[in-house]
Amino acid sequence: MSMVEFKKVSKQFGSHLVLESIDLAIDPGEVAVVIGPSGSGKSTMLRCINVLERVSGGDLLVDGLSVRGNARDVRRIRLEAGMVFQQFNLFPHLTALQNVMFGPIRSRGRSKAEAREIAEALLQKVGLGERMNHYPSQLSGGQQQRVAIARSLAVGPKLMLFDEPTSALDPELRQEVLKVMQTLATEGMTMIVVTHEMAFAKRVGSRLLFMDGGQLVHDGKPIELLSDPPSERFREFLKHVD
Amino acid sequence: MTFEWTAITDALPELLQGLELTMLIALAGLAGGIVVGALTGALLTYGGWLAQAPAQIYVALIRGTPITVQVMFIYFALPILMNIRISATNAGILTLIINSGAYNAEIVRGALESVPTGLKEAGLSMGLSFRKVLAYVIAPIAVRRALPAMGNQLVSVVKDTSIFLVIGVGELTRRGQEIMSANFRAVEIWTAVAVIYLIVISILAVSLRFVERAARLP
Repeated sequence: MSMVEFKKVSKQFGSHLVLESIDLAIDPGEVAVVIGPSGSGKSTMLRCINVLERVSGGDLLVDGLSVRGNARDVRRIRLEAGMVFQQFNLFPHLTALQNVMFGPIRSRGRSKAEAREIAEALLQKVGLGERMNHYPSQLSGGQQQRVAIARSLAVGPKLMLFDEPTSALDPELRQEVLKVMQTLATEGMTMIVVTHEMAFAKRVGSRLLFMDGGQLVHDGKPIELLSDPPSERFREFLKHVD
Repeated sequence: MTFEWTAITDALPELLQGLELTMLIALAGLAGGIVVGALTGALLTYGGWLAQAPAQIYVALIRGTPITVQVMFIYFALPILMNIRISATNAGILTLIINSGAYNAEIVRGALESVPTGLKEAGLSMGLSFRKVLAYVIAPIAVRRALPAMGNQLVSVVKDTSIFLVIGVGELTRRGQEIMSANFRAVEIWTAVAVIYLIVISILAVSLRFVERAARLP
């Protein structure tokens, strides 16, 4: 069974069609990198998966559950699909450790001790074992984003969604975040990554999706698509990102 | 004229009795006003139009009329309209709750709206219900943002109790007026009354500053 399955999904904001009949299936273990010009619908597509946006037409299954289901199904989908945001969105009133403990306690009902154990291990993993008691405002952008990744992982998702995770970061801070993502990928986590990092797409992606004007235009192996761009539009886009 | 200190020392026991009532009314008004303000503010921010409309009308009515008129209405007009009897003290407390609740509602709404949408989405995306997101993410941040404005409002509530002299509540200002009309020591009595208010409100202001500092994030 696919981890994520788009069936003729469309999304409208008012009269504006943002996603147009998207068909797409992502299997467990895949690392799908989504690229495309701004306004092409990449972020919206990602946000439809964990129901931060409601689909307007078609259906979308996440681990077999429909995003059109009831509130309980939606919550289950969100437990399965972790989300990492461009702006980190760490809770400013909690320390790094408390941020990561938040999910296990509040959405998985774990005890404080269990949550602390999970959180400490994850913060070690993303290289922030020394900064657990810092507040988000005391961390650099790259560190904040790594805490955010740990926070999502702590809930225990089967799938990780990344919405331009490095776009708000200075170039020298991007690598530390990309490295964590690469580790996750090699461990077999299913990932959908909206990004402009072409090197990451080539190195880590198992699949490259090119979106334009709300449509999924190309879908293939990163190396093949990038070495031999199948359309003029795609070639044009690649010129602008590099 | 000579400043008669004895006029103050003689009046002090009675003034302090008045202060006791002032504090009782103010504390009840504060607590009730915070509850009413938080609920109304949440309705204004997250309610559907069916919940928002009455909340907006309530806020508009209270902010659009003087508190003196409000207490007169509650003490004199409400008993006629609804055939209930209400004591002057309770009328004062009720007025304060209703009045400060409306102002607090707008403060709460502003604070709730100031919390970035991204934080709400982060909470939701972890599988929390909106109610939990409100309780554990939005509220703790909103409370901190509301504190300075809320502090002003709390100080106002204490001072607004003096208005209830118009319906005969024996609070601090009313006691001062009564003593003054008996001994005509206007300078001494009003100085004493003013200083008592100043002391109480300074203590309140300092404690608020302390709370704000304790809650401040790095």
